[in-house]
Amino acid sequence: MIGNLAIVLFDGLAFGMLLFVLSVGLSVTLGLMNFVNLAHGAFAMLGGYVTVLVTRELGLPFLWSLPAAFIVAALVSVGFERTLFRRLYRAGELNQVLFTIGLVFAASAAAAYVFGTAQQPIQLPQFLRGVTEFAGLRFGSYRIFLIIIALVITGLLVLGLEYTRFGAQIRAAVDNQRAAQGLGIDVDTVFAVTFALGSGLAGLGGALAIEMVGLDPSFGFHYLVYMMIVVSVGGLGSIAGSFVAASLLGIADVAGKYFVPDLGAFMIYLIMIAVLFLRPQGLFGKR
Amino acid sequence: MTTPASSTADNHAWLRRQARWSPYELAFWLAVLIPFWVFPTYLTLASQIAITALFAVSVDLVLGYAGIVTLGHAMFFGLGAYAAGLLTKAGWGEPLSGLVLSGLLTALVGLLVSFMIVRVQHLALLMITLGLGLLTAELANSLGWLTGGTDGLQGVDVWPVFNHFEFDLWGYTAYAYALAALFVGVAAARRIVHSSFGLSLRGVRENLNRMPAIGSPWRRHLQIVYTISAGMAGIAGAVLTHTTETVSLDSLSFQRSADVVVMLILGGTGRLYGAILGAAIFMIARDQLSDMNPQYWYFWIGLLLMLVVLFMPKGILGGLSGLLRRLGG
Repeated sequence: MIGNLAIVLFDGLAFGMLLFVLSVGLSVTLGLMNFVNLAHGAFAMLGGYVTVLVTRELGLPFLWSLPAAFIVAALVSVGFERTLFRRLYRAGELNQVLFTIGLVFAASAAAAYVFGTAQQPIQLPQFLRGVTEFAGLRFGSYRIFLIIIALVITGLLVLGLEYTRFGAQIRAAVDNQRAAQGLGIDVDTVFAVTFALGSGLAGLGGALAIEMVGLDPSFGFHYLVYMMIVVSVGGLGSIAGSFVAASLLGIADVAGKYFVPDLGAFMIYLIMIAVLFLRPQGLFGKR
Repeated sequence: MTTPASSTADNHAWLRRQARWSPYELAFWLAVLIPFWVFPTYLTLASQIAITALFAVSVDLVLGYAGIVTLGHAMFFGLGAYAAGLLTKAGWGEPLSGLVLSGLLTALVGLLVSFMIVRVQHLALLMITLGLGLLTAELANSLGWLTGGTDGLQGVDVWPVFNHFEFDLWGYTAYAYALAALFVGVAAARRIVHSSFGLSLRGVRENLNRMPAIGSPWRRHLQIVYTISAGMAGIAGAVLTHTTETVSLDSLSFQRSADVVVMLILGGTGRLYGAILGAAIFMIARDQLSDMNPQYWYFWIGLLLMLVVLFMPKGILGGLSGLLRRLGG
C-alpha cells in the first residue's frame, strides 16, 4: 500500500512536472501582457511534431531533438507574436480567446492533414527505457529524466529571473507595465523575448510529452485545459505558483485516476473551481 | 432646459422607439416560414438551427449584453435536455409543461451559479465557467444509471403537442415547435434588452467601475440576467430532447459551449439577430461540409474566426449594418 502510494506520488509528480514545463511560459506572458494566448497549446504540439520529424526523418537521437523543438517553437511563436498577436493586446479577452483558439483549430487540422490522426510513436535511447529499481520500488526511467529536466529548468528560470538584468526587467514589467515603461524599459522587446522563451518551453514540453501521454492532432486542444488550470490556479506571472499548481494538479490527476477511476477528471475541476472561487487571482497571484 | 420629469418621459419614449419591431424583423420572421414549403427535406436541419439559435440568443444575453464571457454555457443546455428527457421517462411526456419545468430547473441552477460568477472577472471567470461546464459533463458521464452515460438517454417518449400534433418523421411539427420556442425566446430577450434593466447591463459591459459609482446594483443585475439566460438555454436543450426524443452526453460537451461562442462572434454579439445568423451560417456550413473529415472542417472554422476577429470585430451582422450605414450616407 505504501509502495503504491509512493509510485502514485512519483508518477503524479512526473506528470505535474510535464504540465509545469508546458504552462510556465503561458503564465509569465499572461502576467506580462494580459494576453490570453490559447495558441500556447498549438506551440506545444508543434514542438512534439518537430521531435517526431527530427528523430524519424533526420535520424538524429532523441536528446538532440529536444533543443530543436525548443528553437522551432520559439521562432515560429515570435513570428506570430510580431505579426498578429500584437494587434490584439488592446482588444478584449474574448477576442484574444477566439483568435488564438481559431489558431489552435487551424493548427490541429493542419497537423491532421500532414501527419494523419494516428498517435506518433518515437524511438527513445536505451537509458531512458524501462524502469529503475530503488528501495524495492520500480520507477520509470523516463519519468525520472523528466523530473530532473523540469527541476533544472525551474532552477534556471528562478536564477535568471532573480539575478539577471533581463529577469529584473521582466519582473518590473509584470508588476507595473506603465511604471516600467516610464523607467526606460523596452517592454515591447522584453515581451517578445519572453514570449519566444515561453513558447519554446511549451515546444520542449510537447516533445517531452510524447513518451508519456502521446501525440496526436488533438494534443494542443486537450492539454490546453490543463495548462489553463495550472496558470489560473497558480496565479499569473508566478513561476513558484505554476510549479506548485502543476505538481498538485499532476498528483491529484494521477491519484484520482488510480484510486477512484469512476470520478475521472472530476476532482481536478472541483479543486480548480474551489481555489478560484476563494482566491480569484490564484494561489500565488498578486492581482 | 428640460425638467427631470419630462426628461424621464423622453427616456421612456426613447426606449419604446428602440423596442419597436422593424420591418426587417417582420421580413425575417416571415422568411423563416419558407422551409415548410420550399425545403421540406431540410426541416430536420432547420429545427436544429432554430434550437441552436435559441441557445445562441441565451448566450448573447450574458456575453453580448452583460459582457460575461462564458465558456461553459452548454451545462445549462445539457441540463435542460436531460431534465426534459428524465421527465418523460418518469411518465410525464407533455411537452409544453416539460419545457417550463426544465427551464425553471436550469434557471434555479443558473441562480446558484450566478453567486459564483459575479465574484470573479477576466481569466478566473473564463476558467470557472469552463470548469463548471467540464464538471457537469464529467458528472453526467459518471452518473450512468441516471443519464445512460455514453449511450445517451434512451426511451424518451414525448406526447403530441396540444395532444394533437405528433412529432413526425419529416419534422414539420419539430420545426414549428422549435421555431415557436425561438420566437418566444427572442421576443422575451428583446423585451429585456430594450428596457432600462437592459441598458444597465450594457453599462456593466462598458465600464464595471462606473456602474457602482452611479448607484446601480450591478451584481444583482448580472445575477438576474444570468438566471434568465440559464433558463433559456435549458429550454433550448429541452426542445432538442422533445424533437429528437433522445439525449446524449454531447449536449453537455465543451465543444457545444465553444461552438456557440464561435457562432455568436461570427454573427455579431449584442444584437440578438447576430446570434441567429451565426447559428444558421455555422450549422448550414457544417451540414454542407459534413462529408469532409471534421478535422479539416475545423481548419476553415479556425481561419474564419481569426479573420472575423481581425477584420470584423462586430461580427458579420455588425459589419453588414456598418456597410449599409456607410452606403446610406
